[in-house]
Amino acid sequence: MENKKHTKHEPLFHIVKRGQKKLVRSWVVRFTAILLAVVLSGLIAFMVARISPVKFFLTLVTGSFGSSRKIWKFLQSAAILLGISVAITPAFRMRFWNTGAEGQALVGGLAAAAVMQFCTNVPTVPLILLIVISGIAAGALWGLLPAVCKAKWNTNETLFTLMMNYIAIQITSFFVYTWDKSGHGNLGIINRKTKIGWLPSFFGNEYAIPIIFVLIITYGIFIYLSFRKHGYEISVVGESVNTARYVGINVTKVIIRTMVLSGALCGLMGALVVSGVDHTISRDTIGGQGFTAIMVSWMSGFNPFYMIFSSLLIIFLERGGAEVSTVLGLNASFSQIISGLIIFFIIGSEFFVNYKVVFNHRKRHAKVLKDAGKEES
Amino acid sequence: MPSIVISFLQRAFVQGVPLLYGSTGEIITEKSGHLNLGIPGIMYVGAISSVIGSFIYESSVPAGADLNPILAIFIPVLCSLLGSLIMGLIYSFLTVTLRANQNVTGLALTTFGIGVGNFFGGSLIKITGSDVPSIALSKTSTIFRTSLPFADKLGWFGELFLSFGFLAYMSIIVALLAAHILKSTRVGLHLRAVGENPATADAAGINVFKYKYFATCIGSMIAGLGGLYYIMDYANGVWSNDGFGDRGWLAIALVIFSLWRPNWSILGSFIFGGLYVVYLFIKNTTLPQQELFKMAPYVVTIVILVLVSMKNKRENQPPAHLGIPYFREER
Repeated sequence: MENKKHTKHEPLFHIVKRGQKKLVRSWVVRFTAILLAVVLSGLIAFMVARISPVKFFLTLVTGSFGSSRKIWKFLQSAAILLGISVAITPAFRMRFWNTGAEGQALVGGLAAAAVMQFCTNVPTVPLILLIVISGIAAGALWGLLPAVCKAKWNTNETLFTLMMNYIAIQITSFFVYTWDKSGHGNLGIINRKTKIGWLPSFFGNEYAIPIIFVLIITYGIFIYLSFRKHGYEISVVGESVNTARYVGINVTKVIIRTMVLSGALCGLMGALVVSGVDHTISRDTIGGQGFTAIMVSWMSGFNPFYMIFSSLLIIFLERGGAEVSTVLGLNASFSQIISGLIIFFIIGSEFFVNYKVVFNHRKRHAKVLKDAGKEES
Repeated sequence: MPSIVISFLQRAFVQGVPLLYGSTGEIITEKSGHLNLGIPGIMYVGAISSVIGSFIYESSVPAGADLNPILAIFIPVLCSLLGSLIMGLIYSFLTVTLRANQNVTGLALTTFGIGVGNFFGGSLIKITGSDVPSIALSKTSTIFRTSLPFADKLGWFGELFLSFGFLAYMSIIVALLAAHILKSTRVGLHLRAVGENPATADAAGINVFKYKYFATCIGSMIAGLGGLYYIMDYANGVWSNDGFGDRGWLAIALVIFSLWRPNWSILGSFIFGGLYVVYLFIKNTTLPQQELFKMAPYVVTIVILVLVSMKNKRENQPPAHLGIPYFREER
């Protein structure tokens, strides 16, 4: 009688944190999740538009690899996303939840656009330098404000940086309306004829320089975080502020320094987008990549090298989704639904990477109880 | 009273109502320790679900016949609640059960929700085959906008206090109710305990998971009503893609502005609504200046956030475990 009562209260399973994360298993789990998500979105596409799953998957692939122009566009978009993801990573390692990458990148782009518009008589090399520096400075400023408040008064950084995004968007909107004489709030391509302030092509490809730039930054941040004293300090502050204080790390300094670095890199990415890719600025220039970058950085366990893979994957799905919606004549927002679904699956799969579900076998449990009973008697 | 003042106050109020729903929902969610950045997406889903529901109902009624007012209200409200409940369940399953990062989940939920809204909105527009990119559900909207019959006979008093649809008054009632529950009931005390320190609450015998799930889901449903109000009352039943704009983020800003108190956010939503429309009432503003005016609510929010953290009064702080997942076996 008592036995029965006991088993009744036993939950079906319990959850254990995995001690060591095995790399292979983690990626198997993630791949399974992505596969499931793609199959599910194929099903949804079938339900909505009655297209065969095979055609759905093929169209998904053509979105990124359909032509050499598409491949370059794919690589360029992934590079920008990678750059922003890498840029916010130092702050994330410190557990400073910088949700303001969107705004930091946008003001960087805005500063770059201002230089492109008004410094047209500066020679090319100093001009490009000026664009890069102004982008970095603007982004750094956008990162500095929340960092100072966090360091001084422990102001909630997630909410602060989130609000800063919308201030950046409105300020950009303000300048776009001011600069645009037509009154439509659309600036058009800056210096279309003279190409002043445009990043030059490299081996005949206009996107090569931004991509190379981003890869160098990725490598640099990896070294900075893993093999430099600063990177170590960031990790300690992230683990425990009190420990950091105890071992003599100047926490205020680390927070401000890291956030300025993070903002500056975001600003640099914004400048790259404006000067190297879009050649214009609008409130949608960053287009939510600042938010997507948060997911990329987190998915990759804050490791810059994994982010290369994650950003390629996300952009592949985004472009594939867009291709599916144009080919099938679906609404363009279909790709947002697909990316949302896939990200849910990836987020969910992290659980199975970090935790283990252990089923409580009743039989074994009963046996243990029986054995215990024998010993007693 | 001069008519411009009345018209300003009225517009400020109706702008504030969706924000009030959103922030009441988000406050309840945040009190359980979950920062749900998916509120903008949830409000989109709340809006589009009601549009789908009433679209189907309106098409099922033969042309020329009148809608049954009870059904015309009941169907959209139910659809809206259901849609936002599903969103809330997705969020709470991922963050409570699977302990995923809340910022990431919330942002994904926003992408997804806006995608769902615009996708179904766009598809419905295609079905109706109208020339303008919007769906008009004016019959349903008229019923939602019905105000008291004697309101217009009472002059400025009637215009200012009695000229709104029932959802506007309900937003205030819901906020007051939420404030009461959070402040003076046992359930509210438990909920706050879960948000401040889930381990302690767990040790005290409170079912942490249950509270987190309920708070998130109820919060989402209330936020979804904001979307419903926006479409059926404020926008006269006209859905156009991206019409809802950044109101979801303003609702999250309003949570901070009102220092996690639903009763204060009634006043806050009014102020935010005023800041949102003030540029329409200042003479000779240029387009660029209007863009700067739209920045005001966010600037005010940041100022409040910083001031509150400087003062560091305990009752004005965010819940201590906001954004931190709870795992019982971890200390």
